[in-house]
Amino acid sequence: MSAVLGPIQSTPFTTNSPVVASLSHITKRYANGVLALDDLSLTLHRGEIVALLGPNGAGKSTAVKLLMGLSAPTSGAVRIFDADPRHATTRLRTGVMLQVGKAPEMLRVREHINIFRGYYPDPMPYADLVRAAGLEGIESRMFGQLSGGQKQRVLFALALAGDPDLVFLDEPTVGLDIEARRGMWAEIRSLAARGKTVLLTTHYLEEADALAHRIIVINKGRVICEGTPAEVKSLGAATTGASTSRTLKIIRCVTDLSQTILLAIPGVTAAEVSGNLTSISSTEPERSLRELLALDPNLHSLEVQSPALEDAFLALTGN
Amino acid sequence: MSTAALAVPAARSNSFARTLRIFLTEARFEFVRLLRTRAFSLAVIGFPVIFYLFFGLIMNRGEHVGSVSIAKYMLGSYAVFGMVGAALFGIGGGLASEFSTGWLELKRASPMPPFAYLVAKCCSAAAFGLVIVSILTLMAITIAHVSITLPEYAQMMALTLVGTIPFACLGMVIALLVPSNATPGVINMVYLPMSFCGGLWMPIMLLPHWLQKFALVLPTYHLSQLVLGCFGYATAGSPLSHWLGLLGFTLVMLGVAAIAYRRLEQNS
Repeated sequence: MSAVLGPIQSTPFTTNSPVVASLSHITKRYANGVLALDDLSLTLHRGEIVALLGPNGAGKSTAVKLLMGLSAPTSGAVRIFDADPRHATTRLRTGVMLQVGKAPEMLRVREHINIFRGYYPDPMPYADLVRAAGLEGIESRMFGQLSGGQKQRVLFALALAGDPDLVFLDEPTVGLDIEARRGMWAEIRSLAARGKTVLLTTHYLEEADALAHRIIVINKGRVICEGTPAEVKSLGAATTGASTSRTLKIIRCVTDLSQTILLAIPGVTAAEVSGNLTSISSTEPERSLRELLALDPNLHSLEVQSPALEDAFLALTGN
Repeated sequence: MSTAALAVPAARSNSFARTLRIFLTEARFEFVRLLRTRAFSLAVIGFPVIFYLFFGLIMNRGEHVGSVSIAKYMLGSYAVFGMVGAALFGIGGGLASEFSTGWLELKRASPMPPFAYLVAKCCSAAAFGLVIVSILTLMAITIAHVSITLPEYAQMMALTLVGTIPFACLGMVIALLVPSNATPGVINMVYLPMSFCGGLWMPIMLLPHWLQKFALVLPTYHLSQLVLGCFGYATAGSPLSHWLGLLGFTLVMLGVAAIAYRRLEQNS
């Protein structure tokens, strides 16, 4: 249970856990010619949380729909629990949260939950579901009366209604406030701790960083890189030009120095001005800083950061 | 966990019972949802009631043409008008928005048998049809003192249940072909002309000759002739020809729906 409380991203158990779901060499071309997935392969292991990261249109939702058997691949194979995802018995073991515009608005939260619980022979107890999704006190409200975050939590409850072994969450925390988001994270972690497998797609990079054992970055339908959050960050750092990712730091400050002067400073690999804030990547941050402060006595609002996943992500998927 | 483990074998042996329960639950909550959606329930029940009140009861109370009671004749045609409205708006409206918002996709990803979804929609629309026809019948008996025998009423109820199906299929086609925000408008554009041309507002023999020919392809015409047949008021065609007309229309709609659905799925 310590895995639930502590930082879990370092737990390296994925290699020896059994595979519960896989996409192998999937190509998906829509009838209108759009190539959504291009020879994409991924596997999910028992008890792990995998984050699928990528810009809009990268093919994240398409991958989730293929895994749920909602659409068929042009070529390649989808296996869930070593069976066809469209099979009724497979569906009894999976739960999904899709980006749904709205559920029927004139049904109560309680009714929605119980309708979905009725689909499974052995559903999660009602009270547990309400607690897990944080729906206490709003169970009698009509879905249409809920706030965006509350609606999102109802959809989360529906995904867990069958106490599934494999859960797909497509952008689960969109519209949630910080407290609700932390609550959902805790629930997702406890799912994994109970041996459930979770695949989530997210735009919140901190979410992938905080939650996932493994991150798969995809762009234009292909896997760009895959690894623990730490590995993905260092890969991203490598592509920004840093020789050793360990020492790369991002220096942010307000300065009048031009980009050419900044790039001439020892250790600086990149410099970018946005608004009045300058972002400088440096492989020798201490040396660069000494030089910077000497060159511009008016320099202020100084911040030094380790590259975030976001930077890695932009470096990997971007231009 | 021990209680859950114990529940598994019992649940397995009852998988038929569970499937049946899913069908019943879906149908029940679809009906509840429609009833709570006032824009639907008030309009769908209110329009035939008001129309029948004005045109069938206030304008023509106690009038007869030969042996035909006008109030009773109009009960037949407004009953069809009511059940068709419930079927078109109940299925078309709901399906269109649930399709466009992705709710249908979430349902399909669940272990719910896909057929349960359609059956629930169809049954709820038919239930509204039964309510509408019953209210109209009650109005005819109490206000216009029309005599309706129990077998006549039972036949109307049975025709409401069966007659919902072709219009449910039409509603499904509209929902699949038309963007969801345009669906109510398009349904009205189909529903109202189809009602007029099928002889629901005005007896079919009073319409121009070419319209009477055109009515042969309209399911409203065939269903209204069958309902009027319960009272012995059918004017044209044999019951068999009307049943075949409804069956043919239903098959065409199912075919179009299947093609439209496949096309949407490929481009989703």
